[in-house]
Amino acid sequence: MRFGEFGGRYVPEVLVPPLEELERAYKEIKDDENFKKELDYYLRSYAGRPTPLYYAKNLSKELGMKIYLKREDLLHGGAHKINNTLAQALLAKYMGKSRIIAETGAGQHGVATAMASALFGLKCRIYMGAEDYERQKMNVFRMKLLGADIVAVNSGSRTLKDAINEALRDWAENFETTHYLIGSVVGPHPFPTIVRDFQSIIGKETKEQILELEGSLPDAIVACVGGGSNAIGIFYPFVEDEVRLIGVEAGGEGIESGRHSASLSAGSKGVFHGMLSYFLQSDEGMIKDTQSIAAGLDYPGVGPEHAYLKDTGRVEYKAVKDDEALKAFIKLSKLEGIIPALESAHALAYLEKDESLRGSVVVVNLSGRGDKDLGIVLEALR
Amino acid sequence: MIEKSLIIFLPACYPDRESTLRFMLKAEADLLEIGIPFSDPIADGVEIQKAYYEALKSFKLCDIFWIAREYKKEMEKRLILMSYYNPIYRYGIKRFVEEAYESGYDALLIVDLPFDEAGEILEVSKDVGIKNVFLAAPNTNNERLKAIDELSEFIYLVSTYGVTGVRKEVSKLTFEALKRTKSICKKPIAVGFGISSREHVRMIFNAGADGVVVGSAVVKIVEKFGRSADEEIKKFVEELKSYQTP
Repeated sequence: MRFGEFGGRYVPEVLVPPLEELERAYKEIKDDENFKKELDYYLRSYAGRPTPLYYAKNLSKELGMKIYLKREDLLHGGAHKINNTLAQALLAKYMGKSRIIAETGAGQHGVATAMASALFGLKCRIYMGAEDYERQKMNVFRMKLLGADIVAVNSGSRTLKDAINEALRDWAENFETTHYLIGSVVGPHPFPTIVRDFQSIIGKETKEQILELEGSLPDAIVACVGGGSNAIGIFYPFVEDEVRLIGVEAGGEGIESGRHSASLSAGSKGVFHGMLSYFLQSDEGMIKDTQSIAAGLDYPGVGPEHAYLKDTGRVEYKAVKDDEALKAFIKLSKLEGIIPALESAHALAYLEKDESLRGSVVVVNLSGRGDKDLGIVLEALR
Repeated sequence: MIEKSLIIFLPACYPDRESTLRFMLKAEADLLEIGIPFSDPIADGVEIQKAYYEALKSFKLCDIFWIAREYKKEMEKRLILMSYYNPIYRYGIKRFVEEAYESGYDALLIVDLPFDEAGEILEVSKDVGIKNVFLAAPNTNNERLKAIDELSEFIYLVSTYGVTGVRKEVSKLTFEALKRTKSICKKPIAVGFGISSREHVRMIFNAGADGVVVGSAVVKIVEKFGRSADEEIKKFVEELKSYQTP
């Protein structure tokens, strides 16, 4: 399946059968009542759904708009990632797989995968770029505590994209026993669709909640975009509605500096990690290293559905720089007593940059909490 | 294109384009397969990953065409160009295929482009006259094998699950896959990935393959001897080719 021209299944032949197997299994299971019931049970009683839609009155007053925060930061593990990992781990179990592999950047998806694997008794291995492994020692320890085996990836730029490369290599060898639990709406078909469906619960809840609170849909929804799973999750149920949808990419040190991760704002079409999408790449098609203060946005590509939503004009994509995100991080902490993840702080920072949002009702997807970022922020403030 | 052929893989511009050309001329392979260095080679093991990483420090796509042009001035043997899809997509599919063919490549193998996604490449290749080679794997079902057999100049059968790289043994899976692929496909079959020694080459030819690809083992020689790997490569290829003598 494609999103316009984007998406597809650009993988070595050996990975075609496992992807077909996954597609078949997913089709069979997604409307299965038992599966839905079981997943719903774990999302509620294990992960903590539904998450509140919180009216941030202090921040609203400060910025002159009505701001609601979708509190995905309150989920078990501290981020929206658990929505997808519980669902895919359950899917893996239904498929008879005994082992889970995943990539992780900052470690949020790795932690959420390790949790779901522990819960369902699945063996778990997490690939993490060696650089991230060093930067995120606490998350490495968390994953180990949760029973996962962590591999520091030393190839290439030693970050998230290399962790995905390594996970794909593992999968090509072990697909018979192993499910690759990809963490964002990226990769070859059917991954972008599966992850989007499992994250759409964010938008579905938001819709019910805002209708109850406001009696109408919001004027705009803002979410940060790395690979794009939290953004698709909250956007998707609103795509057909008259609501402005704004995706905020990591502008790093500024687009003009070349040190950023804004593949939609500054990238070009390419084929990588199994999908046709937008990538940060050289003129000769080599994938570039990226930079962002938020490790979860530090990826040179973006999910193919976002590429499609950009090209059709349905979603606006903007970039916010490291220092702007940092300011928003501090502002929310001080005004609302909520420490956001640096990723989510990008979405918050955008509110101040867009005059047209003043006076309107805006929902921001607070995709994760900021405890994991305290070290980085402390460093940055020095 | 292949008939009991020993195919030697070399990563382009590792360590530089002149060396690659010399290795090509010196290695008396029946066929050469030249790899375009890529930043993120997901189908390759550590040997080729390292080689590509090194090569990319100075690599330009135009070197690929230079290598083939120079080689064809002195040799008439066939050349296969192996690549990941993105450099080709980025360069422009038509422009790339035309230049590849004009510079001397006879066939194009794109590692991460299964035939279902290859519509445009196939169309352009047909117009230009370059051949296409597709991968098959031990888990490729008969239906897909038939489709590959239709479209591919020969079948490049991946010996096992996983990535390229030197392996100690040839797995049982390889022989089962070769047998089934032979029973389904009319085109010749070359086996690659993990084939590293004279003994491996002998076993695979004896099992009925039409070609054997050796890559990572050669890359390791280049890693060890650098620019002066010529003689070592020549010796290694001679050894592989002598697989029939006891």
